[in-house]
Amino acid sequence: MAPSLEEPEPVQDVQDVLDNPLKSRPQLVAPEPEHCPGPESEKAGTADSCAGCPNQAICASAPKGPDPDIPLISARLSGVRHKILVLSGKGGVGKSTFTSLLAHAFATNEDQTVGIMDTDICGPSIPKMMGVEAETIHISSTGWSPVWVADNLGVMSIQFMLPNRDDAVIWRGPKKNGLIKQFLKEVEWGNMDFLLVDTPPGTSDEHLSVNSFLKESGIDGAIMLTTPQEVALLDVRKEIDFCRKAGIRVLGLVENMSGFVCPNCTHESQIFKATTGGGAALAKEMGIPFLGEVPLDPRIGMACDYGESFFDHYPESPACKALRGVVRGLASEIGIDPQLVMPDD
Amino acid sequence: MSLAKIKHIVLVLSGKGGVGKSSVTTQLALSLSLSGHSVGVLDVDLTGPSMPRMFNIEDAKVTQAPGGWLPVSVHPANPQAGIGELRCMSLGFLLRGRGDAVVWRGPKKTVMIRQFLTDVLWGEMDYLLIDTPPGTSDEHISLAEALLKDALPGQVAGAVVVTTPQAVATADVRKELNFCAKTSIPVVGVIENMAGFVCPNCAECTNIFGKGGGQVMADDFNVRFLGGVPIDPQFVMLVETGRRPSYPEGTIINGQDFPKAQETGHVDSGAQETKDASLLADKYRSCSLEPIFKKITQDIVSAIG
Repeated sequence: MAPSLEEPEPVQDVQDVLDNPLKSRPQLVAPEPEHCPGPESEKAGTADSCAGCPNQAICASAPKGPDPDIPLISARLSGVRHKILVLSGKGGVGKSTFTSLLAHAFATNEDQTVGIMDTDICGPSIPKMMGVEAETIHISSTGWSPVWVADNLGVMSIQFMLPNRDDAVIWRGPKKNGLIKQFLKEVEWGNMDFLLVDTPPGTSDEHLSVNSFLKESGIDGAIMLTTPQEVALLDVRKEIDFCRKAGIRVLGLVENMSGFVCPNCTHESQIFKATTGGGAALAKEMGIPFLGEVPLDPRIGMACDYGESFFDHYPESPACKALRGVVRGLASEIGIDPQLVMPDD
Repeated sequence: MSLAKIKHIVLVLSGKGGVGKSSVTTQLALSLSLSGHSVGVLDVDLTGPSMPRMFNIEDAKVTQAPGGWLPVSVHPANPQAGIGELRCMSLGFLLRGRGDAVVWRGPKKTVMIRQFLTDVLWGEMDYLLIDTPPGTSDEHISLAEALLKDALPGQVAGAVVVTTPQAVATADVRKELNFCAKTSIPVVGVIENMAGFVCPNCAECTNIFGKGGGQVMADDFNVRFLGGVPIDPQFVMLVETGRRPSYPEGTIINGQDFPKAQETGHVDSGAQETKDASLLADKYRSCSLEPIFKKITQDIVSAIG
């Protein structure tokens, strides 16, 4: 293969991807060639690189226009009042942990129903954290039922569909998109106050799909998670840029793992030192609300491993207090009375 | 093909994000280089490249030469000191702004990875470390396919799998081990990162993310356990600010007394606080993690043979 010395131009490409993400993918007879405009794109079958491609006719005749499934998804989710994405460009900053904590926090008010959708297909952590790893999905005539952790807390994840919990899901993008669509289309969420969507790290297929499938039914916005060090902030900056380009409102930035209090001498160490000002400085720089800092607490990790609710077990810990502040901040960002969601007790 | 003259290719994998793949890659690269091997690092994390930041070469640009791209040099070889050359290639170098998002779907990533494998002019080299994004998706499939197709027999030494001790992380990393099995990439071993944190004030070791998860997983899958690496804020500082690690008197890490920085008596020169990439390897010698990685590196080198 002749080396290409062309510099890639990702920036221009983004808009095209965002504008045309939803064409249903045609069945191809050969792998996409290099410089393929994408079988879903507007130029499919007509671009310069399509000449001579065995897929050309298929791509050119594929239906263009919006995905016919979108209205079905919107109808399915019409009973869900608030849809919140949990995002971070960086992995392992605590997206899933935060999602589960947030769900537990919302669920402390028994009048509210909360759902979690885990879109991390290759590394689903939510079932483990919620203690429902061994469950399977029930399929009824009206749709797939989520797994209920509590009376008002439902969970949906690909983990429930795997025959063996250690199985690797080795899927390329289009297959993942198909599953996310199916989740949105088939799962019977019913009437729900909050649907939290946990995402994998990065800015790729899953994120584009969730965004485009949910756009019609209205996303309240995204919570951005980060850790204090610059290596993480760097990736989160990219994710905020993605949200801007995709038109997703950023509800706020939460800094996780902000410091660690030694259980022996109560000395606080900055494990992931915020040499560039951490989350607060990034929020200011990007002009988004900063919702708070949550300290590292080994008991959070432990509660997640055992699938327990950290909120119920350690309500007095500093991490829990910080989380309450974050939840209140979030509630006011999406226009609900913070007192309703998280009363000051 | 550009990989032809590379002796060993090692993948750094993890199903879970943020467990320290890039940190481990950085330290393996430094450690290999300090023991005299020539090393290249290829960062295929397309949507969150961290390697340029880790090596402090964020401002570097890739040079185009006839036949392909030239990797960015972190430090040159120094045969007197027994230090091998260290070079790096990352998508981060090709982006215009450091905050720009790369919003690419799978097929485009596949093309980019293929190009990264075929068009980078590494030349003759002992080790190529490939840092990967979390998961078992497009990047990994493309990488595995390309390596199976192009690499010479025995060239792909295998994968170093990184995990953290807690069950939530090992649950994902187990999937990655199954991925290796399915794609017949040999597993060189498992590294447990973030295994404990030594309080800089009282030297009490706290297992923030639990302990022993990596060992148990390695036993379950019958693969080598390469060792546990504790959290060292000094290493983070080294990467973030370029400060030479220094420890309070009497800090004992893994049974080894560590006031080494004072003993070796580095005079506070101007170079101390500067973020010069070429000094990174030298400064890393003062880091408490260096002996741990030295051992891991030796294990890997002898395992690869």
